[in-house]
Amino acid sequence: MGKIKNRWIALYVENEVGVLAKVSGLFSAKSYNLQSLTVGTTEHEDISRMTICVSSDDITFEQIKKQLNTMVEVIKVMDLTDVPIHMKEILFAKIKDITPEEQTKVFHIIEVFAASGGHIRAIDIGEKDMILESALTERRNNELAALLRKTFKRIDIVRGGAVAIEAISTSCR
Amino acid sequence: MDITGKKLFVKALQEENVDTLFAYPGGYVTDILDELYKTDAIRIVLPRHEQALVHEAEGYARATGKPGVCLVTSGPGATNTITAITDAHYDSIPLVVVTGQVSQSLIGNDAFQEVDIVGMTRGVVKYGVTVRDRKALGRILKMAFYIATSGKPGPVLIDFPKDVQLASGSPEYPSEVHIRGYKPNESVHVGQLKKAYKLLRTAKHPIILAGGGVHLSGAEEQLRQFAETMHIPVVTTIMGKGVLAEDHPLYVGNSGMHGRFAANTAVSECDVLFSIGTRFNDRITGDLNEFAPHAKIIHVDIDTASISRNVVVDVPVVSDAKLALEKLLEWAEPMKTRRWRDQIHLWNEEHPLGMRRDSGMTPEMIMQGINEVFPTGIFVTDVGQHQMWATQYITASPEKQMVTSGGLGTMGFGFPAAIGAKIGAPDKDVVCISGDGGMQMNMQELATAVCEGVGLTVCILNNQYLGMVRQFQQLFYGKRYIDTCLRHRKDCPANCKGPSEGCPPYVPDFVKIAESYGAKGIRVEREEDIIPALKEAKRHTDAPCLIEFMIATEEIVLPMVKGGNPMSEMLLK
Repeated sequence: MGKIKNRWIALYVENEVGVLAKVSGLFSAKSYNLQSLTVGTTEHEDISRMTICVSSDDITFEQIKKQLNTMVEVIKVMDLTDVPIHMKEILFAKIKDITPEEQTKVFHIIEVFAASGGHIRAIDIGEKDMILESALTERRNNELAALLRKTFKRIDIVRGGAVAIEAISTSCR
Repeated sequence: MDITGKKLFVKALQEENVDTLFAYPGGYVTDILDELYKTDAIRIVLPRHEQALVHEAEGYARATGKPGVCLVTSGPGATNTITAITDAHYDSIPLVVVTGQVSQSLIGNDAFQEVDIVGMTRGVVKYGVTVRDRKALGRILKMAFYIATSGKPGPVLIDFPKDVQLASGSPEYPSEVHIRGYKPNESVHVGQLKKAYKLLRTAKHPIILAGGGVHLSGAEEQLRQFAETMHIPVVTTIMGKGVLAEDHPLYVGNSGMHGRFAANTAVSECDVLFSIGTRFNDRITGDLNEFAPHAKIIHVDIDTASISRNVVVDVPVVSDAKLALEKLLEWAEPMKTRRWRDQIHLWNEEHPLGMRRDSGMTPEMIMQGINEVFPTGIFVTDVGQHQMWATQYITASPEKQMVTSGGLGTMGFGFPAAIGAKIGAPDKDVVCISGDGGMQMNMQELATAVCEGVGLTVCILNNQYLGMVRQFQQLFYGKRYIDTCLRHRKDCPANCKGPSEGCPPYVPDFVKIAESYGAKGIRVEREEDIIPALKEAKRHTDAPCLIEFMIATEEIVLPMVKGGNPMSEMLLK
C-alpha cells in the first residue's frame, strides 16, 4: 500500500469556468485527502496550472492521478512528489498588541529564518502591530507559524498554499 | 451567411445523423423545437417525464450503438434527468443531453426555472459545459458527440442558454475536433499484452471474466474465438452476459452476488483470472480480500482509472477490448484445460440454477416461457428480484441482447429503456421484464409507447412486494417487513411477518392501467397460461402489451452472497 504521506501534483488545466470546481469536487466526491490547492494562469492565458498537495498512500495516489487524467479539461498531470522542484508558499502574519521588546523579538525571528535561506521580512508596522511576509517552503512556514503562535498571544495568519516549478540545477522544497 | 444558434443545433443533429430526438418541451427550449418543426429528418419522441426520457435514450443507444440524444428544458426539466444521466455514466452509455437555460443575463439571479445543471451533474457526466458564446457552439456540439461516443462512452451534458440559441454566428459545424485534454486510448500496448498472454499460458485453471466493455466494443466474436482457441471457460458479469451464447460449452454463467455456483466457485478457485471490460464492482468481488484468492489477475480495460482501483491486478492492460482480443488472437494456441473444465461442469451439476417448483408459477417458468416464445430480440430489465431472475434464466447470446441497469441499479429504468430500444430497433422483438415496484416508477410511459406505436411486450413479475429488499428482511432481518409491502395500508398490524388471507387488495390493477392507456393488458396466474399470454403479446406489434404475472409473494433469488461476504460463501437454499 505504501505509507500515507504528502504528495504533490502539478496540473495543467483549461482556464475555463467550472474547472476548479470540477477538480476540487473530485477530492470531496471520492474522499481523497486534499491538503492544499493553488491555481493561477500560465504563460498561455488559456491554460491554468494548479499545484495540489494530497495526503495518501501509493494506491490512492495512483488513482487520484488517473482520475484527474480522465477529465476532459485536464491537459497534463505531473507527479512532483519525487522530482527536484522549487516550492514556496506565501504567508502573512499580523502580530497584534505587542510591546517594543516583542517587536525586537519578531525581528530576531525574521533574522533566524532568513539566515537559513528564503524570503522573509517585515512589511508593515504600527505602534503596537506589525506584519511579516514570508515566502518559504511550506515546512518552514509551518515552523514559523508554530513559533509565532507559541510566542505571541494575538496573531492573524494568512497562507496561500504552495506553488512549485520543476528545478534546473538546484532545488528546494 | 450567419445563422442562429438554434439553427446550428439542428444542423449539428443532421450532420451527426441523429434520426431520433427524445424531447420534452419547456420555456427555454421552445425556440429550438420551433426550429425542429421545419425539418422532417428527425423523429421527435415526446415522453411523459424527463427521467424516463433519458432512460429511453439509453435504451435507444444500447439497441443502436449510436448516442441517445435528449432535449429538455431548464430547471425541473434538467434536474429530472439527473438520475438517468447517472445511470448512463455508470453503465457507459453514450448520450448527448441538451438542457435549455435562461439567458446569460439572468444566470445567477435565481431566475424562474434557472438551475446550475452543469454544477449539479459534474460528478456524473463524462463532460458537461454551458455554452457561453455563440462562437463556441459548433465546436462544443462536435465535442459532445465525439466525447460521448469515443473511448469509454458516457453521457455529455450541454447547457444551452436562450440568448445563445438566438444569437447569430457562423453556420460552420466542424467535421472533426481536437481536444488537447482528451485522448481516448486507440491502441494497445503490445508489450504489456504479451506479458498478459504469457501469464495466461502458465495457468492450469484459467478463467475469462467478461464484462459489459466487451459488448461496448463489439468484441463478442473475438472473445468467442479467443476462448475457443485457448479452451478457456468464460464467466460474465451481468453487463457482460450474452458475450457468449448461453449454451456454448465454454460458458459457465454469471458471477457475482446472485451468480451461478459454478461461476463463483470457478473464480474463487482459478489460478489466472483474465478479466476484460469490467471494473470489478463490489457486486462481482464480494469481500475483496477473498476475491480470486489463488489467482494472478490480468485486467484489460479501456479506462486507466478502472485498473487497480478495486482489485490490485498483476498485469494491467489499457486497451479497447476488441483491439486487445484481435491482437491476442494472433498468438492464441490451445491450452490443456480439460480437467479444469470437467471440474467446473461438476460444480454446475452439483448446484445448478433452478427454483423450487412447489409454489405455483415460478419466475423461472416465466423466463423459460420468454425464452421459448422470443428466441431472439432485446430483453430489457428493471431493477430488483426480477432483474436477477432474468440475468439467471434468460438465455442471452450475441443475437439476444440483454439491457439492464447494472452500475446504478435504477428502479424505473426498464420500461422506458425498452421503449427506447424498440424505437431504435423496430424490427426486433423487445421484451421488458419488470417488477410491480419498478414499473410504477415510470408507468406513465405507457402513454409514450402507445402514442409512438411501440409494440413491445412488458412482463411484470408481481409479488406485491419491493421484493429484493423484502428478501433481505426475510433472510437477515427476522421477517420484519417494513416499507416493502405494496399492499400495506395504514391500519395494517405493525408487526406484520408476511401476507395472509386478510390482506387488503393490491393497487394498481395493471391490466386496467394498460387498458386505460390504450394498451393491451393480460393477467397470468397459472403456469399453463404463460406461453399463450406471451404469444398473444407478441402479436401486438403497434402498441405495447402488458402481462401481469402473479408470482408467489415470498419467492427469493438464489444463490445469494450477502454483501461484503466472500464469493465462496453462497446461500444456496
